[in-house]
Amino acid sequence: MHAEAALGRSLAGFGLIVLALVVAAFAKDAGFAAHAVIVGIVGLAIAISGATSFDPVGAARKALRMPELSSRYDDDPIRWGVIATMFWGIAGLAAGLFIALQLAFPVLNLEPYFNFGRLRPLHTSAVIFAFGGNALIATSFYVVQRTCRARLALPGVARFVFWGYQLFIVLAATGYLLGVTQSREYAEPEWYVDLWLTIVWVAYAAVFVGTILKRNEPHIYVANWFYLAFIITIAMLHIVNNLAVPVSLLGAKSYSAFAGVQDALTQWWYGHNAVGFFLTAGFLAMMYYFVPKQAERPVYSYRLSIIHFWSLIFLYIWAGPHHLHYTALPDWAQTLGMVFSIMLWMPSWGGMINGLMSLNGAWDKIRTDPIIRMMVMALAFYGMSTFEGPMLSIKAVNSLSHYTDWTIGHVHSGALGWNGLITFACVYYLVPRLWKRERMYSLRLINTHFWLATIGIVFYAASMWVAGVMQGLMWREYGPDGFLVWSFADTVDAMFPMYVARAVGGLLYMSGAVVMTYNVWMTLAGKLRDEKPMSDAAYDPEADRPITTTPSTVPAE
Amino acid sequence: MSLAERHKKLERNVTLLGVGVLVTVAIGGLVEIAPLFWIDNTIEEVEGMRPYSPLEQAGRDIYIREGCYVCHSQMIRPFRDEVERYGHYSLAAESMYDHPFQWGSKRTGPDLARVGGRYSDEWHVQHLTNPQAVVPESVMPQYGFLANTDLAIGDPEATLKALTRVGVPYSDDDIAKATQDILAQANPNLDPGDLAERYPKAQIRDFDGNPDRLTEMDALIAYLQMLGTLVDVNSAAAQEDLAKEKGR
Repeated sequence: MHAEAALGRSLAGFGLIVLALVVAAFAKDAGFAAHAVIVGIVGLAIAISGATSFDPVGAARKALRMPELSSRYDDDPIRWGVIATMFWGIAGLAAGLFIALQLAFPVLNLEPYFNFGRLRPLHTSAVIFAFGGNALIATSFYVVQRTCRARLALPGVARFVFWGYQLFIVLAATGYLLGVTQSREYAEPEWYVDLWLTIVWVAYAAVFVGTILKRNEPHIYVANWFYLAFIITIAMLHIVNNLAVPVSLLGAKSYSAFAGVQDALTQWWYGHNAVGFFLTAGFLAMMYYFVPKQAERPVYSYRLSIIHFWSLIFLYIWAGPHHLHYTALPDWAQTLGMVFSIMLWMPSWGGMINGLMSLNGAWDKIRTDPIIRMMVMALAFYGMSTFEGPMLSIKAVNSLSHYTDWTIGHVHSGALGWNGLITFACVYYLVPRLWKRERMYSLRLINTHFWLATIGIVFYAASMWVAGVMQGLMWREYGPDGFLVWSFADTVDAMFPMYVARAVGGLLYMSGAVVMTYNVWMTLAGKLRDEKPMSDAAYDPEADRPITTTPSTVPAE
Repeated sequence: MSLAERHKKLERNVTLLGVGVLVTVAIGGLVEIAPLFWIDNTIEEVEGMRPYSPLEQAGRDIYIREGCYVCHSQMIRPFRDEVERYGHYSLAAESMYDHPFQWGSKRTGPDLARVGGRYSDEWHVQHLTNPQAVVPESVMPQYGFLANTDLAIGDPEATLKALTRVGVPYSDDDIAKATQDILAQANPNLDPGDLAERYPKAQIRDFDGNPDRLTEMDALIAYLQMLGTLVDVNSAAAQEDLAKEKGR
């Protein structure tokens, strides 16, 4: 590193430390002070790495055997993103397993920091934003470069996006344990963490759009439409839903700009579209690149991709009120939300069909290629949960299912089945290519992972279906005497076996992720497992095609 | 030109594509959420609603901090079983000063919208300290630490000012007396002044069984004991009557 750059780093780090110490000293509450200290520690690491040979990032690069920068594309942030995806994936699943066990065995609550109420947002944020978010950022950087035949625009900013996003995750997660929360589901971080995420997100948009602007392909590939819609819409949702007035600029606490009814619908407009754009549009983008690549087949229908893209993003936004059926939200808004939720079934299945039918002519690969098998199962779960969702949004059904664990089961068949499996498949696709390995260490272990995950989801979803329907029916059951049959405590008692079965499902799913971690680690180490072969998509680093002038259903490379 | 041909324009221009996306995703929210701010029968006025007293608000902040909303709803739906189990269904006006709302989305535990006055303070202290001692089937975590933690009063004036900025109608008097109010509501030895006039139905007593200390337990129980107690729900006019009024 040049001496001047090193000096600049040290000074910047030092400045950050001073700022953090001043803020910590004058902070109004312990949570805010703790966060200032975390920022100070980051400053310390930057300062030391500028002034001495201390280089934690370099050491980690060595341990993770990252190849030196030499490829045609800027893959370094993607490699970090893949590692972060795996790390946060395990962390989020472990948190999920722990809180699942807390519901069966409440003695596992360790007051105050590890009580269920503080750990549950930690679990949801870790899996959605840390695991899912890193997967989205990493794959979007990979896909946008390949499909545009261009290196990442603003490489320095791209690195800031990665590290800035990790800081967001750490601040959010530690905040929950310390009780720093806005209580808005999936938007719990307080105002200053929200502001930080806004900065990171704008930088992310700049890198993504910048790369599209310098593309060498005339057309923007369909996967990038979905990534773009995801980035733009999440920005809109994040900003509007987090409008709040802080009590003090040196304190964590803020109060929402909206109250009651308006606040509820704003939050669920956000909440449902965190599902719609973070967990659906973004992941469909992954599908549109990685499924055709792994199947070595073009996307099934170009027209269908246009139709389902626009109808999906238009309809999704309206679906929020189905989280507020029979509440004090005006009836017209509830009905509107229900109608649009049911219509949403069609574009959702349009996407699933476009993905599944891309296997036309390559269906045999489900038998032979474990990565394809994982992708197909992901799409099948996507189809199932996007059928179940519209069904649950029907008011009559919702009157039974709302407030019960049926909702939890529904969410997890989507999250574990669709988001989890498609992400794992992408990681298996990416790791050998990013680390320049011939293939994954073991394809057989991918298969093991597939079965552990699938059986885990079945345990999870089935137990929560039974639990939810049982709960809903017990709450409303009347005896012949005209009185309610069950006290609330009776219904809690009846849940115990379902809670245990769910935890077993979670354990199986997490063991699959552990198998994946081992498989990836061995791949990074450059090892190949001696095993009976299974097939995988061919990888030819030299493969390239001339620039086309007509829109292509095949990713450029 | 076919759809696919016309779409090629968007596919070649990221600005057009981005603007198209933003317009497409903005429509739903504009049509569905924005009218809630000006259609006046979204929230029917009811007698009795008032902003939270500083102590109740402090309790509410603890309720949020501990993530109680993760397992407890505060929204009773208009079904026979819910009304019998929890009380009159929730009215929109009852959460009109809730920044943020606490309707919740899951009932791992029962609804709390009208829990105020249903149990004694002693019950709440015992239950929060060790839920299983009172309800053996319960899976609720223990919150005994609240009784041992002094309430960090901080700057209640600033809290009320922030809430005023988002639309809660605290008077200047309320803001000026915030610290005094928060101390007096949980301590029978202090003079509450006109607290009960400014916050009608405010419950003024020691809540946690330890009058010497103002703890987080005091604040949380003060909040739980007032939930759903402000409004005489049966006095609210039915929608049919409101529909006959002018201008609706």
